[in-house]
Amino acid sequence: MTIERAPEGFAGWPPPILDPAGPFAGPVNILSWILFAMSAVVLVVVLAALAVALFGPKRWRVRLGGERLVWIGGLAFPVVVLSALLIYGLGLTSHLTDDPRPGEVRIRVTGEMWWWRVAYLDGGGREVLQDANEIHIPAGQPVVFELESADVIHSFWVPRLGGKKDMIPGRRNILRLQADAPGVFGGQCAEYCGGPHALMGLVVVAHPPAEFEAWKRRRLAPSLAAGLPSRGTEVFDASGCGACHTVRGTAANGLAGPDLSHVGDRRTLGGGILPTNQGTLAGWISDSQAIKPGNRMPAYPVLSGEDLRAVAAYLESLK
Amino acid sequence: MIAALSLVGACADKTNTPRLIAGGDPSRGLAVIEEVGCGACHDIPGVGWPRGTVGGPLKGFAVRPLIAGRFANQPDTLVTWLKDAPSLSPASGMPTMPIAEDQARDVAAYLYTLDDH
Repeated sequence: MTIERAPEGFAGWPPPILDPAGPFAGPVNILSWILFAMSAVVLVVVLAALAVALFGPKRWRVRLGGERLVWIGGLAFPVVVLSALLIYGLGLTSHLTDDPRPGEVRIRVTGEMWWWRVAYLDGGGREVLQDANEIHIPAGQPVVFELESADVIHSFWVPRLGGKKDMIPGRRNILRLQADAPGVFGGQCAEYCGGPHALMGLVVVAHPPAEFEAWKRRRLAPSLAAGLPSRGTEVFDASGCGACHTVRGTAANGLAGPDLSHVGDRRTLGGGILPTNQGTLAGWISDSQAIKPGNRMPAYPVLSGEDLRAVAAYLESLK
Repeated sequence: MIAALSLVGACADKTNTPRLIAGGDPSRGLAVIEEVGCGACHDIPGVGWPRGTVGGPLKGFAVRPLIAGRFANQPDTLVTWLKDAPSLSPASGMPTMPIAEDQARDVAAYLYTLDDH
């Protein structure tokens, strides 16, 4: 009996990737099924032809080897079917990538090795809020994702809400996603990006629209616990955590790693891979390399048990 | 008579003291271990990933005489340790865990199945 932790939103087997939860995932899902079905038909026809070629009566084998069949089955059929599929597929998905329209919720997601930098934008495209590895959206309306990369090519994929879209260095790719109802949806980097690529996950949380606005207002202010004097903040400052991480309302303003301003309020840790609690926070800080080998945060074996617990408690209190 | 003899036999076998948790369900315990993410710190048989290095590996925990090298490995102590290790050992790196009494009992029941050392 061995179990692997499923990222939140991906629980169950098989993962719910063919279970669309919004209008942009629907067409992609239909297209997938059409492709599966047509591939199955082609496979059956090819195997039947192979059986005839190997074991069939001579008359059939001669007809199978004729030039006419090659022109029809080998050229005309694929050209017609694949062209039709291409046009159909592009038609289904083209409107997903239109430029942002006024009034749409805009979120910029930047792929980093191996996590997601998240920024909520205002109508003019300016950042109003930074977060990481967890994206909150209003349910029942399209949300525009502006996808960028800080290093290599990543691919942003939240299967139940829409198709995949590559994040390419130097480009800004647009993708629309929509959740019809509130819920939690798993996401995953879908383009191999080195080392712990498989552990680069994220979580999308869809709220009723009013709740989303309330969440955003709450998040605009620093956490009430930010910088409150405690052993945890002392350890955090003395260990230099602020060189890579930001905690708004304190001197910690590093930009290399995920923003920790409300890290205790996030469902997951380490890029959508572990639940957030004091235990996983302590384990991550002490030796994240054992959990996610190759990630850019060094292990901190210099912290004592008490210090580790203090800093984990501080981070968990950042809600 | 046979029952009495087998009891005597059980007493003689000191290496395999059964540690039982009333009402604890090992399979629910493994699910709790996964849900809470105990693997972030511990290498636990049955958990494929993660296999943390921060706390001790738990292979053979059922036949280990001490918890964290300090406390007799007895059911009540273990359940308390799982929920609130700092109350027993203030310098421990193991924090208070967000699990209820019955979940802790399930986890303890699972740990007491790990008798392969």
